[in-house]
Amino acid sequence: MSVPVLSVITWAPFIGALLIMFTARHRPLAVRLIAAVTTGLSTVLSLWIYLAYDREAAGFQFHEKVVLVPPLGVAYELGVDGMSLLLVLLTAIIIFTGVFASWTVTVRSQEFYALLLALVTGVFGVFVSLDLFVFFLFYELAVLPMYLLIGIWGSSGQVRPRGIFAWAFRETGVGSKEYAAMKLTLYLLFGSAFILVGIFALYVFAGTGSFSFLELQAAAFDPGVQWWVFLAFYVGFGILAGIWPLHTWSPDGHASAPTAVSMLHAGVLMKLGAYGVVRLGMGLLPEGAGALAWLVGTIACINIVYGALSAMAQTDLKYVIAYSSVSHMGIVMLGAATLTEAGLNGSVFQMFAHGVMTGLFFALVGLVYEKAHSREIGKMGGFGHAMPGIAVAFTVGGLSSLGLPATAGFVAELLTFMGAWRSAHPWWLFPAVAGTFLTAVYVLRVAKQIFWGPPSPHFEHLDDARGPEWVALVVLVGVIVVFGMMPGLAIGPVGTATMPLLTRIVAP
Amino acid sequence: MTGPGLQAYLILAALVFAIGLFGILTRRNAIGILLGIELMLNAVNINLVAFARFHADLAGLVFTLFTIAITVIEVGVGLAIVIAVFRVRKTVDADHLTLLRG
Amino acid sequence: MAIAAALLTLGLPFAAFLLLALVPRLRRSGPPAGWVSIGAIGAAFLVAAAAWLAEAGGAGVWGWIPGAGGPLVTVGVLLDDLSRAMVLLVTLVSLLVQVYSLAYLHDEPRPALGRYYAYHALFAFSMLGLVLAPTFVQMFIFWELVGLCSYLLIGFWYDRPSAAQAAVKAFWVTRLGDVGFIIGIVWLWAAAGTFEFTALFAEAAAGQIPAAGLALTMVLIYLGAVGKSAQFPLHVWLPDAMEGPTPVSALIHAATMVTAGVFMVTRTMPLFALVPDVLTLIAWVGALTALLAATMACVEGDIKRVLAYSTISQLGYMMAAAGAGAAAAGFFHLGTHGVFKALLFLGAGAVIHAAGTNDVFRMGGLFRAMPQTGIVFLIGTLALAGVWPLAGFFSKEAVLAGVLHGQLTGPFVLLALTAFLTAFYMFRVVFIAFFGRPHDPHAHLHDPPRLMAGPLWVLAGLTVGLGLWFTVQPPAGEHGPGWLAPLSLGLAAAGIVLAWATYQARVVSADLLATLLAPLDVAARRRYGLDALYALLYRGAMLGCSRVIGWLDRYVVDGVVNMASAWSLRAGDLLRRIQTGVPQDYVYGVAFGVLVLLVWAQWGSR
Repeated sequence: MSVPVLSVITWAPFIGALLIMFTARHRPLAVRLIAAVTTGLSTVLSLWIYLAYDREAAGFQFHEKVVLVPPLGVAYELGVDGMSLLLVLLTAIIIFTGVFASWTVTVRSQEFYALLLALVTGVFGVFVSLDLFVFFLFYELAVLPMYLLIGIWGSSGQVRPRGIFAWAFRETGVGSKEYAAMKLTLYLLFGSAFILVGIFALYVFAGTGSFSFLELQAAAFDPGVQWWVFLAFYVGFGILAGIWPLHTWSPDGHASAPTAVSMLHAGVLMKLGAYGVVRLGMGLLPEGAGALAWLVGTIACINIVYGALSAMAQTDLKYVIAYSSVSHMGIVMLGAATLTEAGLNGSVFQMFAHGVMTGLFFALVGLVYEKAHSREIGKMGGFGHAMPGIAVAFTVGGLSSLGLPATAGFVAELLTFMGAWRSAHPWWLFPAVAGTFLTAVYVLRVAKQIFWGPPSPHFEHLDDARGPEWVALVVLVGVIVVFGMMPGLAIGPVGTATMPLLTRIVAP
Repeated sequence: MTGPGLQAYLILAALVFAIGLFGILTRRNAIGILLGIELMLNAVNINLVAFARFHADLAGLVFTLFTIAITVIEVGVGLAIVIAVFRVRKTVDADHLTLLRG
Repeated sequence: MAIAAALLTLGLPFAAFLLLALVPRLRRSGPPAGWVSIGAIGAAFLVAAAAWLAEAGGAGVWGWIPGAGGPLVTVGVLLDDLSRAMVLLVTLVSLLVQVYSLAYLHDEPRPALGRYYAYHALFAFSMLGLVLAPTFVQMFIFWELVGLCSYLLIGFWYDRPSAAQAAVKAFWVTRLGDVGFIIGIVWLWAAAGTFEFTALFAEAAAGQIPAAGLALTMVLIYLGAVGKSAQFPLHVWLPDAMEGPTPVSALIHAATMVTAGVFMVTRTMPLFALVPDVLTLIAWVGALTALLAATMACVEGDIKRVLAYSTISQLGYMMAAAGAGAAAAGFFHLGTHGVFKALLFLGAGAVIHAAGTNDVFRMGGLFRAMPQTGIVFLIGTLALAGVWPLAGFFSKEAVLAGVLHGQLTGPFVLLALTAFLTAFYMFRVVFIAFFGRPHDPHAHLHDPPRLMAGPLWVLAGLTVGLGLWFTVQPPAGEHGPGWLAPLSLGLAAAGIVLAWATYQARVVSADLLATLLAPLDVAARRRYGLDALYALLYRGAMLGCSRVIGWLDRYVVDGVVNMASAWSLRAGDLLRRIQTGVPQDYVYGVAFGVLVLLVWAQWGSR
């Protein structure tokens, strides 16, 4: 029996959270060091399993199983395949850099870091658990601390009530951080209700009395059941992945959340939704996935174009980035819906690429906000002089987001395009390509407005990133470029996981 | 075995229960309400003892002992709350204690 | 050997870029950073020259994106006649421009200079990667990367709003073309199953590529070239790109990057040859571009913009040749144009450096003050006008011959007209700026320092030398009928004479000419309304559409969500009233509930 690596990766942040709560009162530096060390441990181990994963053997590796409730078939069962491997690595990178990006949180930093780390345990748990019951528990653990993190450490914006629903805006308090936190939590819990129903349906219809993914995978479900359970999973997880029109929690939530939470949420939690659709929806319900791919792909196309246009219309920097996530998650869902090798690999790669670049974006927005105390794009200008490092990192993130080659975004988009044209609905290619052009328009427009041009008169004494903040920027930029130039690093293991999945869907 | 039958005990218990309920519903004084609750609980005790006696089952008596113990605690806590409320609000009239109104 | 040489030329600038990007101290040191980049590109030039002399050829392909059945996407190097020549041109012009920049940007702050050379090293790497690409995807990758470098270098002086705007515009417009390019690449992949040129050409030769939709595919691929090589109607970005430093304009926006489109069409000619209609379209668009750009150059007062329009015009020439099936002639013109247009830009840079303005009407009499610059500029101008025996004459004649041979009379007439206009607008600049009365007699104008003059003379020498070489040993390929050379020379002479008469001897009034051609003059000055049209489309269609969507999202899509939320709140409000807070009310509720249950139990048990 070797070391339970996955458990260590998953629970290390939680242990860190406990340590922070009980040993680091009134010692902000200790809080940060504990957070950095425990997430650093997870990161190192994630890298290690990434390298140690046997690509020839493929399948689920680093398997762990402890039976929890024998009569119900609930077990603490962990394992990773090529797909979850990449996402575990992504989570580790984002939280590790997130710890550094929020180094300057001063209000109740102890509780902040503790909640953040507890949240991360949930995310890791979702990606590694092979038991649907435990999967769901981790899923909820990943969603709930968000409420406090946004409600307490978030920032409020202003939304003017207009249109025929203005009365509703006034009653719900749109724009405030409490509103955003509540909206996000309620929306995601609404989604998890669908997921729970789906999971129980699988449990009941499989009849094997087990929540184990591997056993459910072997079960054959009736096509009708597959159809509606897939729909339930699609809606449930899709909410988290920001599918149109159930995406409106995401701009408000991301804009209000503090830096590290935005990074984690847009970078990883939205991927968790897409991962759920691919892993549970497509992995367990091949016929349902095949029957509903048209819906998933079409909505994804709407997401891409609609998200990009919405992003273009925003005047608040955080909203621009948040809507760009809505657009990019469209690429993820589209790639998956193509049901082709290139498309699905592109989808998983885009989960990773978008995770890193949006993490970078939110880290940068956090830094800019911290230094300029404003998110109004229109007021900013000429920041390139005062913060060249941030400007460079923003440019790299922006280029990746518009799919420039040599960044991770390009590989994902190219694969998705290839998959889209080979899919059953070739026209999906056009909105996808149009989306990259629209992205180029809004990203460069924003970059130009903020960093280029003569220095804005509204701001004085702006600084570049400092000390620990550099760690976040350098790591994230490095990952974007390295994976952009050597996509084989990621596609290699991912391919071992997506091919079996596809053969199950396409073969019958 | 002579004496009144089970029915008589049940009627007595029902009467005591009804008196307690009436007290709760009509009294405005918190202490009166507590007294009403005591009556209702004791009505239940009567039932339990009666059933234990007529079914020759000791479980009823055991339950009764538990009920009495818990009733004592309940009265203790209840009176403590009433006193605490009186200190703050200078009244124990239940109609005025509407902080929980939605 | 060939592959190693190719990788070496590719690797040297990349290494320089990495060094400059990753070692901030070196980058901020300014001139040393420049020398690192110059050294790398110099070594790359030597390797390229050796490969040229050895006529090394070969191809190497490696997997890039793995797939289940072998690599899905490959990258590598392909060294053949075409890429050898192009690599030589790119490394040579890059080297000269980088050396020139060292003096030209002498006054820049050191960190900015280091940044400039980092961009340059990246550009050299990207351009070489594009040229050496053996697959469509690799070509697209580097295609975008040179676009990025162009964006960064146009916006080098990023605190100037006009530079920032121009950089973004250049990126957007070329990106618009690339939308077509990437779709075309994916379609071609879906139809032929590969991205690799050699495999594609083999399939094309064997007729294995399905003909259905191929024409549209190739038009889409050509769209990429329209954007990159500034063909009508996507040429609008190139004049604005002159906001960048002049050496950048010389390298990227004259000699190398903008010719990538022509290079791509030439490279994939076996595929375009399958769809003759598309080729005809390319020729027409090229000829039209050439003429339109030439007319706009005639009314432009900014020396760099004149050169920019002239670049567009000459790119039109190359494209027309490629479209007429004379890709070799087009590529020939690409090479000679690269040399003398770089010369002209660098000469213009020397002028701007000395005079401190771009406006030709504020120059004058420069020839006396800056004889060296004047001579090389004149050489470049003559070459561009197509005057024998300079390099431009031969390549221009080859292009005209090719177009004529391709039975494309219409484009030929347009191109011939352009040849006349070219001579006119170039000599207009020469007479105004170099021979006219000095605008400011007290200005201390002087020839550029040695680091700037050196590259100028090298390029001038090449222009003359190549011309003489071709005189001795006429280039292979298409030769037009006997009347072509006299016609071409005659048109050039006519243009020069008209320019002389108008701007030097002043026997013809420029205003009179403008009045005579009033509609054309107005249209050309307004750039045929294309910029306004794009601005309208951008503001009206795109931003307008985004506003509508943004509003809908905020107030309708999200409004429905908030409405649901508000309704739940209201429903809760109603239910709340039940909670009176009076304990007796709750007990009533319980008692009543018990009663109901009792009755129900009685009634139900019956």
